[in-house]
Amino acid sequence: MLLNIDQNRFLKPWLVLSFLMLITACENSSSSRPSGHVTDFSQHYPASNGGMLVDAMTGEPSGLIAMIAGESAASAIAGNIFNSLLKYDKNLDLTGELAKSWDISSDQRTITFHLKPQLKWADNQPLTSDDVLFTWQKVTDEKTRTPYGSDFKLVIKAETPDANTFKVTYAVPYAPALDTWAGLHILPKHLLKDQDINTTAFSRNPVGSHYYKLDRWKNGQYLKLTRNNNATQGQARIDSLLSRIIPDKASQFLELSADNIDSMGLNPIQYARIFPARPDLNHHIALYKELGNSYTYMGFNLKRKPFDDIRVRQAINYAIDKQEIIDGVLLGLGEPVASPYKPGTRWSNPALKPYPYDPNKARDLLKAAGYVDHDGDGILDKDGKPFSFEILTNQNKEREMTAVLIQRRLKDIGINANIRVLEWASFLGRFIKPKAFDVVVLGWGLSLDPDQYSIWHSSQQAPGQFNFIGYSNPQADKLLEAGRIELDPEKRMKIYHEFSKILLDDSPVVYLSAGYGLSAIHKRISGISNPAPPAGIGHNTYEWYIPKAYARNEINEQ
Amino acid sequence: MLAYLLKRLLWMVPLLIGISLISFFIMHLAPGDITTSEASFNPKASEESRQKLRALYNLDKPVIVQYGLWVKRMATLDFGTSFASHQRPVFWQTKDKDGNITLGMIQEALPITLLINLLSLGLIISVALPLGIISALKQNQLADRSITLFVFIGFAIPGFWLALILMYWTGVQHAWLPISGLESMGHENLSGLGQVADTLKHLILPVSISGLTGLAGISLFVRNGMLDVLHQDYITTARSKGLNENRVIYGHALRNALLPLITIFGLSIPGLIGGSVIAESIFAIPGMGKLFYDAVLMRDFPVIMGILTIGALLTMIGNLLADVAYAWADPRVRRGVIK
Amino acid sequence: MITMRRHPLAMIGFIIIASILLLALIAPWIAPYDPDAINVKAILLAPSHMHLMGTDGLGRDVFSRMLYGSRISLLVGFVAVGIATIIGIILGAIAGFYRGWVDTLIMRIVDIMLSIPTFFLILAVIAFLTPSIWNIMIVIGLTSWMGVTRLVRAEFLSLRQREFVLAAQALGAKDRRLIFTHLLPNSLTPIIVSSILGIASAVLVESGLSFLGLGVQAPQASWGNILTDGKEYIQFAWWLSLFPGLAILITVLGYNLLGDGLRDAYNPRSSQH
Repeated sequence: MLLNIDQNRFLKPWLVLSFLMLITACENSSSSRPSGHVTDFSQHYPASNGGMLVDAMTGEPSGLIAMIAGESAASAIAGNIFNSLLKYDKNLDLTGELAKSWDISSDQRTITFHLKPQLKWADNQPLTSDDVLFTWQKVTDEKTRTPYGSDFKLVIKAETPDANTFKVTYAVPYAPALDTWAGLHILPKHLLKDQDINTTAFSRNPVGSHYYKLDRWKNGQYLKLTRNNNATQGQARIDSLLSRIIPDKASQFLELSADNIDSMGLNPIQYARIFPARPDLNHHIALYKELGNSYTYMGFNLKRKPFDDIRVRQAINYAIDKQEIIDGVLLGLGEPVASPYKPGTRWSNPALKPYPYDPNKARDLLKAAGYVDHDGDGILDKDGKPFSFEILTNQNKEREMTAVLIQRRLKDIGINANIRVLEWASFLGRFIKPKAFDVVVLGWGLSLDPDQYSIWHSSQQAPGQFNFIGYSNPQADKLLEAGRIELDPEKRMKIYHEFSKILLDDSPVVYLSAGYGLSAIHKRISGISNPAPPAGIGHNTYEWYIPKAYARNEINEQ
Repeated sequence: MLAYLLKRLLWMVPLLIGISLISFFIMHLAPGDITTSEASFNPKASEESRQKLRALYNLDKPVIVQYGLWVKRMATLDFGTSFASHQRPVFWQTKDKDGNITLGMIQEALPITLLINLLSLGLIISVALPLGIISALKQNQLADRSITLFVFIGFAIPGFWLALILMYWTGVQHAWLPISGLESMGHENLSGLGQVADTLKHLILPVSISGLTGLAGISLFVRNGMLDVLHQDYITTARSKGLNENRVIYGHALRNALLPLITIFGLSIPGLIGGSVIAESIFAIPGMGKLFYDAVLMRDFPVIMGILTIGALLTMIGNLLADVAYAWADPRVRRGVIK
Repeated sequence: MITMRRHPLAMIGFIIIASILLLALIAPWIAPYDPDAINVKAILLAPSHMHLMGTDGLGRDVFSRMLYGSRISLLVGFVAVGIATIIGIILGAIAGFYRGWVDTLIMRIVDIMLSIPTFFLILAVIAFLTPSIWNIMIVIGLTSWMGVTRLVRAEFLSLRQREFVLAAQALGAKDRRLIFTHLLPNSLTPIIVSSILGIASAVLVESGLSFLGLGVQAPQASWGNILTDGKEYIQFAWWLSLFPGLAILITVLGYNLLGDGLRDAYNPRSSQH
């Protein structure tokens, strides 16, 4: 109030200026992000320890005991906390994790695992074969609420000759056995022996032996893991992993753009369209693609007419343009498949080629099966009935789009297809289980072990079992049975190559596409293998590192 | 009055039974159960083990038997444990023999939802009241029309669309506000006050968007109530007596116009515990809406029933409170209510 | 209409609704493309003179889909509210006219329905009926009649005490005559107003259901599912969410302005000034 006019005049522009500076300062400081474009992420720094990697997942794990939880969010987090006896290396070959080696007896019924010496749990207790035995007892226990017990119930005897040896005996040789042991997280007996595994608080406060241990679990918000100093597989470089729970993918993408998370899975449009058009994102985010883990197929209900006729199935296979689906739905980010195995791996038969797009051949086959457009309405008919059916799928954007493209191609050759999209539980309960569908668009995993007995064997057709399309071919059955007891990889490969060929010729399903796994990861994360090996970029997360210069500013540092 | 209260309270018992029965049957008639989730559609999970699970959860028994078991448990106020979430208690925490505490699912989600809803209710009242009053006083003038237009736009705009636009604008382009979640990274290192400020900052967008949607209802209610009252005889009398216009409006008209609002607030009590799935998904807030939605999709029956029961109970209490409060506030109505 | 002129907002609402109805009606003649025509070579094109509102993830013309989607979105509103209004009138009339235990029973059913979250009811019914546009309409209708019931009941209760009704009753008019010639016509205005406001809500409910994946299913277009499809690309393919978002906003606004204006116009107290 003592200011005279002159001072006032002097102050005003200063005030305005400082106000402006304040605003710009706010905008700069607010973003530990590219806005200033100060950080150049193309620099290469040597590997160092430290930092935190933040990622996002759409669902929250229900618990971290994977045999009970089962969903992908749980396996993703638990996979950083627990070890299995074996693991797949970057070329998808089995190798030891807790086990340093394993022997298979000459009758192929007994497997002996030799544990690495001096293994420890995160709480410093020794990890021994007793823990492995305990885990096996739990997974096969009638009272344990796990759906994954049946593979392990094939073990008729499990023993621990000494603290570092675990021995299992099967009634008959079981070829997928090693794969099942690679998927079973070993649990600590000393913490769980007096607990009810179904309800124990351990599942939300676990102690494992892998690179990380659970630091904090804020329900519904995030899980934070920190480095386990007793890790059995050596030390991970990144200090901590924070997994935020963000159910909506659109919100996840906003968080990624704002540099609040370091990595997320992308869909093809984000990968192929948004990123190329956004240099501001490319500046600090790198894209990765890897072989997908699943394929999309269209399966026929083989118990329904006319899909029991191989000519009809093959005709429809010829009528569908798979490349169009890969280009249209996956924007080219996928591969056609001709067998249910990962392309390029041992089990995939390189001689097999998908049915080419050939509408004329499709028409000929349909004609041979008796389908001609008698009444000239553009729709083929037989015995006075038009060829019309329903394509069923669940709520999944890519499957819906695939169904739309198929619908159009079928219309081209005179088949009228309607689409029905359902919520999962209804889809399964009302249509798949009672086999009340014509044709279904779904996906299966490209499993690492070639055994797909439960999907294709004719004995697996009861309600709730997985051969719901009703595929039954004695020759295929025989091969599936042989593959399950053959442990020699070379012989096994031959069996499954032949099985794949029969499957392709029978055309019980139309293989549509196998999409790539697409992810966006902030460039501050270094040490990621690119291009990805067969096992994907995630095979060496423990070697990833965050150079100090790139570390994120956290509130607590201010 | 007492007899009336007693009668209403007694009515709640059959109503609760009716609601729980209907919910229970709807839930079980819908296809699928906890063992048919997408995650369990895995060739490694055998059908026998799923049947075993069904038996463990009593899902293989007839629905009426399952309902009986549920009622028996509820009679001891035991809400049970979730199927899906590793047997977490549905309602309140439990302690195992080693002293580890497992928090209840509703126990955790409810405070978050309550906080958001109370904040947005506060926002709605503090904005809608003045808007409604101004609208009524300036009836059919520009101010009235602009306010009406504004509150209707707030109601009409698809919430998740507005949310995403605002998240992009305030979060990505400008970094004024956090985008989603309830806490920033490093939240636990902040001081107590800093933590509160941090969480409130996260709530600005969700609360204002839900507030904007609710503005129209209350502000129009106040406006129309005020207009009704302003045309009543006693107001005309008061005016003709030469009473100060401010006293007419705030002393007489407003007080009477606000009476019905009590009913509205009573009716909104159950709404306070129901979160919005959509908002909670977009903003990554672990509230009641998402909890319920996930439970329905997973067919997690104990959680569904727990939330429905608590919701129904609160609805009825809310209705009752609204009626009682209204009767207490307005003697004219009291007679009608008792009759 | 005369009173409407004194309510410019209601007039605006009326014009909005009329034009959208018109657009929906003539959609087949003005849509430049087949709304379901896929073109994988024209994915996510920005708006241009070729595609007024751009193209979506399958290369379909968004403008054409918006036009056809308007039919679905408007139809959902009309049919759903139609169902809710019919149920509401019947139950409300019975409760308000006969009172006594029928009234108590109906109102308790209303209480029950109101205390079960709508979303749960919708999800349950959809699980039975499987989602199709007709089922979506039926579901929204079956879960939103409670308000109308309360309204009609209240109207009937108060009208029954009015002199002209009592007189007609004294003269020996039958129940049916009383209901259809005296009570119902006199409660029509608030019913119409609440229906118009109900349509607005139904349009929003449809978009919410689409967000949850429970709305109108592909390949059929509705504003709700076009908007939901676009939400992941809001930073890039803004046209995918802007146009359906605005369309829903304007339509819902239009219904609200119209409904509110009508209420104002027919409420003797608040309109005289």
